Amino acid sequence: MDPLMPPPIRRIVVDRDPNVAPPTASNGGGAATALAGPRKRRPASTPALVQERMRLESVWLAYGSNWVVRDVSMTVRQGEVLALIGASGSGKTTLLRSLNRLTEVTEGAARSGRITLDDADIHEVEVNELRRRVTMVFQQPNPFPMTIFDNVAYALAERNGRRRRRRTPGIEAAVEDALRRAGLYEEVAGDLDRSALALSGGQQQRLCIARALAVEPDVLLMDEPASALDPASTATIEELIVQLRETIAIVIVTHNLQQAFRVADEVAFMHLGELVEYGSSEQVFDHPRQQRTRDYISGDFG
Amino acid sequence: MASVATSPQPVPPQALPAPRERVSSWPLIDRICYWLCWVTGIGLCVIAVGIVLYMFVKGIGYLRPELFVKSPSASLRQTQSGGFLDPIIGTLIVTAIGTAVAAPTGIALGVWLSEYRRPRWLARVVGSSIEILAGVPSIVLALFGLLIVSQGFLSFLSQGSPQGSLGESFLDAGLFMALLAMPLIVAATYEALEQVPNRVREASYALGKTRITTIRRVLLPSIRPSMAGGVVLGMGRIIGDTAIVTVLLGLTLKNESVGSTPIIGTLRGTGSTLTSYVYYNSPAGEGNSHEKAYAAAFVLLMIVLLLNAIVTRITRGSEPGARSWWSRFSIQVRSIAGPSS
Amino acid sequence: MVAATARRPNPELAAAARSDRRAELLLGALAFGAFALIAFMVVTVVLKAWPSFSYNGLSWFGSGGNVETELRVMREGTPLPGHGLAYFRAWPLIWGTVITTVVAVVLALVISTLAAVFLTEFAPARVRRIIEPVVRLLAGVPSVIYGLIGILAIAPWINEHLISNSRKQSVIYVVQLNGANLTTASLILTVMILPIMIALCANALAAVPVSWREGSAALGVNRWRTIWRVSLRTAWPAIAAATVLATARALGEAVMLAMVAGGTAFAANPLDGLTFFFEPVRPLAAMIFQESEGLTIATLSHTIYAMAAVLLVSATMLSFAGWAAKQPMKRYGVRA
Repeated sequence: MDPLMPPPIRRIVVDRDPNVAPPTASNGGGAATALAGPRKRRPASTPALVQERMRLESVWLAYGSNWVVRDVSMTVRQGEVLALIGASGSGKTTLLRSLNRLTEVTEGAARSGRITLDDADIHEVEVNELRRRVTMVFQQPNPFPMTIFDNVAYALAERNGRRRRRRTPGIEAAVEDALRRAGLYEEVAGDLDRSALALSGGQQQRLCIARALAVEPDVLLMDEPASALDPASTATIEELIVQLRETIAIVIVTHNLQQAFRVADEVAFMHLGELVEYGSSEQVFDHPRQQRTRDYISGDFG
Repeated sequence: MASVATSPQPVPPQALPAPRERVSSWPLIDRICYWLCWVTGIGLCVIAVGIVLYMFVKGIGYLRPELFVKSPSASLRQTQSGGFLDPIIGTLIVTAIGTAVAAPTGIALGVWLSEYRRPRWLARVVGSSIEILAGVPSIVLALFGLLIVSQGFLSFLSQGSPQGSLGESFLDAGLFMALLAMPLIVAATYEALEQVPNRVREASYALGKTRITTIRRVLLPSIRPSMAGGVVLGMGRIIGDTAIVTVLLGLTLKNESVGSTPIIGTLRGTGSTLTSYVYYNSPAGEGNSHEKAYAAAFVLLMIVLLLNAIVTRITRGSEPGARSWWSRFSIQVRSIAGPSS
Repeated sequence: MVAATARRPNPELAAAARSDRRAELLLGALAFGAFALIAFMVVTVVLKAWPSFSYNGLSWFGSGGNVETELRVMREGTPLPGHGLAYFRAWPLIWGTVITTVVAVVLALVISTLAAVFLTEFAPARVRRIIEPVVRLLAGVPSVIYGLIGILAIAPWINEHLISNSRKQSVIYVVQLNGANLTTASLILTVMILPIMIALCANALAAVPVSWREGSAALGVNRWRTIWRVSLRTAWPAIAAATVLATARALGEAVMLAMVAGGTAFAANPLDGLTFFFEPVRPLAAMIFQESEGLTIATLSHTIYAMAAVLLVSATMLSFAGWAAKQPMKRYGVRA
């Protein structure tokens, strides 16, 4: 088999999902045309649509004396989905978690290098402030043991340290908006006071996404969001990701190459902590420059 | 933009420690709660250390070696005379009897609850009974004990006639002390057995062993540390009890034996223990010599601390690794639920 | 069809099966005996208490007399005019029990929740290693030692520094105020039940799944808010169960309270203002302990067993309350 040929995969046809609210004018407008019709290879994104949000410069990360991420530099842009791919232990999850400073929670974590959000070093910004702008969705859906409404409204009520009353029109509208953007509103609209734990796996994950969207973040980090779900839910979430990238910069970690091919615009391939290959999706999958990349893509390891 | 990683630097750069979340940036009310938590945590340490230090200082101050070897004597100058030899012996006897009765029965009950538990209604009922027993105040247990042992037919346990007796003796007290220790031992055995994976039992059955043999030869030996821990905890509860002693031991200053047979006589006789001795010598009792109370309390505290350390040592390495000490201690604590006073 | 050939029965196997069966029956009998013993205890205590209840009826729990006088009457055998020998009104005792228990449990709940949060979330590892043996130590101290410290150190301090002479004079005809009072008793009782509650609360908090706490942190919610809105909310059934356990402990405490709660069975009156905090009380268990020498006298012993019956029934009800408190936890599959 020709090592340069990408593995045979299925492409998603992305039609506008009537259940997902289109990006509103306040969010920078949407290039509706990009979503219509079968997905083709998109031309290189025009600068007007794409905006740099986060930049990593020579980032090194360690747990104790063990360097897990070595000298990584990349850019995260709104309007793009950046996929971090690599085998287990390549450091991609650690890198993702460093973007919202979740690595600090572990004892003995150390770092070097610079990460900026809109040109501000994230280590200077107050950490909770940062995490409201850079939110995260985890591999296992983790809805809180509360109602659906309370889950989505959770972080909203904590903003500014003041508890907002539930029945404020502001909060209800924000919850509904977030649920629509996550593609869950139609399914739960009838009873928002149900326990969130009663939902199915795919629904719970979409609830977690809605929860993350409710605070209107600038960047959404996703750590293998669909790996615990069945294929139907996975497809729904991938569609969601492609639609959300217009207004939010998305970074997704995935060990599933086909998924990366389906959703990503930029791809970063990591191996043992090093950034081996970083470029557009077409470039990395169709014309990988490094031998290690070719090996990984063709399934020789990982 | 496509870039290829440069060849990795041979030496990683100087690492900056990851900054922690700054509490000073929290809203005021959150900061108040945070500092409240700290104050409680440290305050707790201060109180506990304070108690131990206070007892230490006072106790050492009044502790004289001769106190250990002299018996209490009834004299007008209580502060100068007598020691607490008899109470110490009393404590030992009562603990020994109580543990000797509680350990086998407690372990047997724990085994039944874990391995057999048929019929089901009985298992539920017995489980509830043990929990209720754990919550019954020891003074009530003492009164119940009095009801039973003052019946005529049990007068052989103490001094008394077939018409009925006061029912106060070491045997009586020891027997009902066993009720104090039993819930602890049952809980320890039960929890430990529940932790043993089923494949151990299946392996034994597959070799053709009966259930009782499996229990005796395989399961019980494997949970020895937990059982021992439970037994020592039970002993601790017995040693610390005053109520049963007061009602069922007769509280004579010296250990008076009944009848002429050497050991049985003592067991059937009355006496006192360290706990009742402390109470007696405190301003609440009649002795009113607080020096001796402090000294005896100090000895009591040291014994309890020693038992604590033994339990820690025994159970430390045995529990499955992931269990934090909170869950271990909680199990023990749940069976201490009942007051021992 | 081939008839199965009968195998010669193996005598060893049969004997083993018999001994197994025997063991099962024996253990089952033992279990039944345990249950029977405890049921028997409840029955006999209530039976022995019955005369006192039947004479006084429900007013047994009411007020209307001086407990000390009533007990003295029973001891001496000379009834008060208009009442029988068994006349008894236990309200001061019950009120004393309720106050000390409620105050101690409420204080302990607040303190132990804060301490448990401290231990599971905020404390650095070194501090945690110190507090662990400290809490275990506190749990093992016998109550008579708490009583000793109370009566020899704390009570005199309170007597000298907190109770003024004028206050004592103002109530001298009703009751004597000294260091043995409601406040001392409640404070020491709180310290006694703290270790239990801290251990159980910490266990409950530690059992909250990490994924929830992590998810909350990733949404930009600070640690305290996470604890308040996620951890405590999940753990409250376990904390409620811990409270029930602590209440049982407080209810049955006899010796320490006998030493520090007060010299007389007095119904402390909240309407007395600040003096209320320094009035003596005598909870039920402490009263039983004090009167345990009088068990040979018939009416007195019935009355004392009546008090014991009240305690026993309360303990049983608390057991069920504890079981009920744990039910909500099954929803999340959180084991505590």
